[in-house]
Amino acid sequence: MLLSVVTLPVSATDEETAAAIKQEYGERVPTPGRVTLTLPPIAESGNSVPLTLAIESPMSEDDRVLRASIFANRNPRPLIATAIFGPKCGRPAFSTNIRLNGTQDVIGIAQMSDLSLWSAQVRVLVTVGACDALQLRY
Amino acid sequence: MPNSRIKVPKNAKAGDNIEIRAMIMHPMENGYNFDTQGTTIPVHIITDFVCTYDGAEVVRIQLQPGLSANPYFSFFLTATQSGPVDFTWTDQDGTITKNSATLLVT
Repeated sequence: MLLSVVTLPVSATDEETAAAIKQEYGERVPTPGRVTLTLPPIAESGNSVPLTLAIESPMSEDDRVLRASIFANRNPRPLIATAIFGPKCGRPAFSTNIRLNGTQDVIGIAQMSDLSLWSAQVRVLVTVGACDALQLRY
Repeated sequence: MPNSRIKVPKNAKAGDNIEIRAMIMHPMENGYNFDTQGTTIPVHIITDFVCTYDGAEVVRIQLQPGLSANPYFSFFLTATQSGPVDFTWTDQDGTITKNSATLLVT
């Protein structure tokens, strides 16, 4: 008799998301503001959700954005990507496509050169999650 | 070698912020998919993406399995002088894919 053990992806809890943020950015608590997250309010497929993260900053020598991360609080792994902005970056913003495992909040966190943390949180309704659609992977 | 596609404007004025777009063909397996035999496909992702211009970094992105297949990025670069814009993707198995374009600053 053949028994197969299928490990289904488990959504992260709020504590796990907080732990993931702490692991990336330390103990400091982010202040809401200065970060803009642009996502569609309803995503039909969680396999590819367009996302734009923009941060308000003059990007001068002594006042700039060091790095920014995207977290999804109900994905099996909350951290999605981290961008480190180098000296040639003109505007601290980037766009990409992310996977979402169901309806959840997407959190953007940015760290400035004075090490202050800023955040934004956006709710996205996902019709079919990235982990549910095993046959449709795009 | 995976296919990569980049979009860099040919010309720019000095001081302009120009949009750069880059994409690579890659499955970005997240470890939750199954093959036809029912076994789990292990995680297989691109871990790092770096864009450099004029000898300095524009952006460095650390990728995780939460990004879609064929990861795409768009970001901004400040044009200072004519030079190459280099793109490097690093796979978790160590494969490095490079692509390059030349930006003419007037």
